[in-house]
Amino acid sequence: MSFTHGQEGRGGMLRCVLTALAAMGLAAASLTDAGQDAAAQEGHPIVIANILDRSGGLNIYSLKQIQGVAMAVDEINKSGGLLGRPVEIRFYDSQSDNTLNAQYATNALLRDKADAIHGGITSSSREVMRPIVQRFGSLLFYNALYEGGVCDRRHVSTGMVPAQQLEALIPYVINEKGARKSYILAADYNYGHITAKWMKNIVEANGGEVVNIEFFPLDVTNFAPVLARIQEAAPDVVYSALVGGAHMGFYRQFESTVGKDNMLLASSTYGVGREQTELSPEEGRGIIIATSFVDGLDTPAAKSFVENFKAFSGEDDYVGEYGEYGYRGVMLWADAVRKAGDASPDAVIMALKSGEISFDGPGGLYSIDGKTNHTTMDIHIAVGNDKGSFDLLQSFSQQPPLDTQLVCDLHANPDDTTQYEPEVQ
Amino acid sequence: MFEVVAIYAYQILFSISIFILISLGLAVIFGMMKVINLAHGEFIMLGALFCAQLAGAGVPLFLSIPLAGLIVGLVGIVGERLVIRYLYGRVLDTLLATWGMSLLIVGAVTTFFGPQTASTPQDLGNISLGTFSISVYSLLMILLAFALLAALYLVWRMTRAGLIVRTTMQNAAMAQALGIDTDRVFMLTFGFGAALAGLTGAILVPLFGASPTMGAFYIAKAFVTVIAGGPLPLTGTLAASSLFGMIDGAVAYLTTSVLGEISVLFVAILLLRFLPKGVTRGLKGRV
Repeated sequence: MSFTHGQEGRGGMLRCVLTALAAMGLAAASLTDAGQDAAAQEGHPIVIANILDRSGGLNIYSLKQIQGVAMAVDEINKSGGLLGRPVEIRFYDSQSDNTLNAQYATNALLRDKADAIHGGITSSSREVMRPIVQRFGSLLFYNALYEGGVCDRRHVSTGMVPAQQLEALIPYVINEKGARKSYILAADYNYGHITAKWMKNIVEANGGEVVNIEFFPLDVTNFAPVLARIQEAAPDVVYSALVGGAHMGFYRQFESTVGKDNMLLASSTYGVGREQTELSPEEGRGIIIATSFVDGLDTPAAKSFVENFKAFSGEDDYVGEYGEYGYRGVMLWADAVRKAGDASPDAVIMALKSGEISFDGPGGLYSIDGKTNHTTMDIHIAVGNDKGSFDLLQSFSQQPPLDTQLVCDLHANPDDTTQYEPEVQ
Repeated sequence: MFEVVAIYAYQILFSISIFILISLGLAVIFGMMKVINLAHGEFIMLGALFCAQLAGAGVPLFLSIPLAGLIVGLVGIVGERLVIRYLYGRVLDTLLATWGMSLLIVGAVTTFFGPQTASTPQDLGNISLGTFSISVYSLLMILLAFALLAALYLVWRMTRAGLIVRTTMQNAAMAQALGIDTDRVFMLTFGFGAALAGLTGAILVPLFGASPTMGAFYIAKAFVTVIAGGPLPLTGTLAASSLFGMIDGAVAYLTTSVLGEISVLFVAILLLRFLPKGVTRGLKGRV
């Protein structure tokens, strides 16, 4: 057992380490689950692909949604399927890695011959899959809240956009809480950048002031520098559009440094990753959000959904918005398939165009606007409580996706595939 | 004026302490033992995870932290006995083997503990400095980082065990000829390095959380720090951590976290270009 002496080979070792680190990235991509075999079954099932992150830093958004999609398909099959055919899911774990979204979307459309893809959590993963869906002439149901503006008949957004979420959240914070001076923190990719623009726009339109906007790459865990800057700027409220597991540290560090008793904290993303279930009561209490679904909604539909979800998944904890998004996405797609009388993407797209696709779901009525393929829904302002859940403060009925409607008209331009951005500086 | 100086000092010390904590275990395993341990990030992750699990089960946080370090140390010893001990001196082979270990650990944790983020709260509150308030836990973290480094230095320099370890790492054949059970020394040193990494994860978990893939956030920084430190693993780690932490703390506070990280990597590149053998090259007789 002899040792080469330390003086030699430092540079060599460095090269080894760096090469290995690079190789780790490559091989991690190739060691992936290649999906199930496309075993065509009797009765010609309708196949949908579900591409979500079961692992990796973004999985906090996907874990419940994977179950929500499965539960919706299970309910559809138990009630006789769609158009007399069973529905089958091909699940792909995109592992919080956009390159896998591309690979699996191609697999799903080429090999599985999926009639629709449900999935994508981040805007970057959606933008990776959208051109692939175009190329194969298919249809993507994107079940997530996002920055809005995607104008594409092969894309359906079933979650909230800023005009629904932020137009409820920010005026509430400014008018009800009197918090005008604002500090914005957002994740450093397209969602964060565009959402930050919207936040600034809406804060200023409501007579507020934005003192600073900062962006954070998804792997940042140390928020000490920005917490010092926030205290220096002394805003009334901090808006967070932070994303993913690493950024959850912000809520812990904010509470142990500044404290929500001294400064308001509102967020466009908090809660959708069920962050409150991983934080202590003190860390989660008092964060203000705008949402289209929380477990605590006091309606029979919401209560029975939460109950069924827990029975279906065998998990007894908080379900939350993104679990429900998976369910509503599949149910809206199923309604379109029924009205089209055909599961093929082009027939479903024609049905979507009618503007008559809707689902009376756990969070109220969802209906898809035929001009934009975005969804009108009820929006609720809620605040984190110390039981790992949210208390409702105020509700807004049937909010349309106004921002996207302003820029997008698929009736007039059916071949549009642009993502429009808000026109602010 | 005092509070501005204090907040700068805090930012810089906090940043230095993170660099120290994430590279301590690697300074032992890679710096002293010359094992390129690509599972270092996963040892940190295991420490964070075990600490969160223990604290979640009702064990007091400040007992959970050392316990988590101890458990990861045992995991390290098992890994050493099963894999690493056959590979000493074979740099590329240890690299592949430890990488395999890292994949195995991530897979095992995802399978048995689930892929979600875990954490544990701490309730030490904060202290205020004029306009600023500072989390007491992060001050404690700074103290712990420096205390650990100092303790490690003293053990290596002042104790008989430290002397035996250094002898073995310097010349295993000679140490064996002198009657030292080098096999056992290698095993315990590897376990000790793993325990330090586990302790780091456990110390960080109340602020940063734990998830199966978190190792990737730290591993590159840890290697850059230890490599830039040069042939004296502990002095080098302190020097490189201080340099990187100072830059990161000041730049991130003055501008943004992104620029902070960029400037650290930039300085690391310059450093390795002009001092390819690390900042402690040419210093002798220390650790």
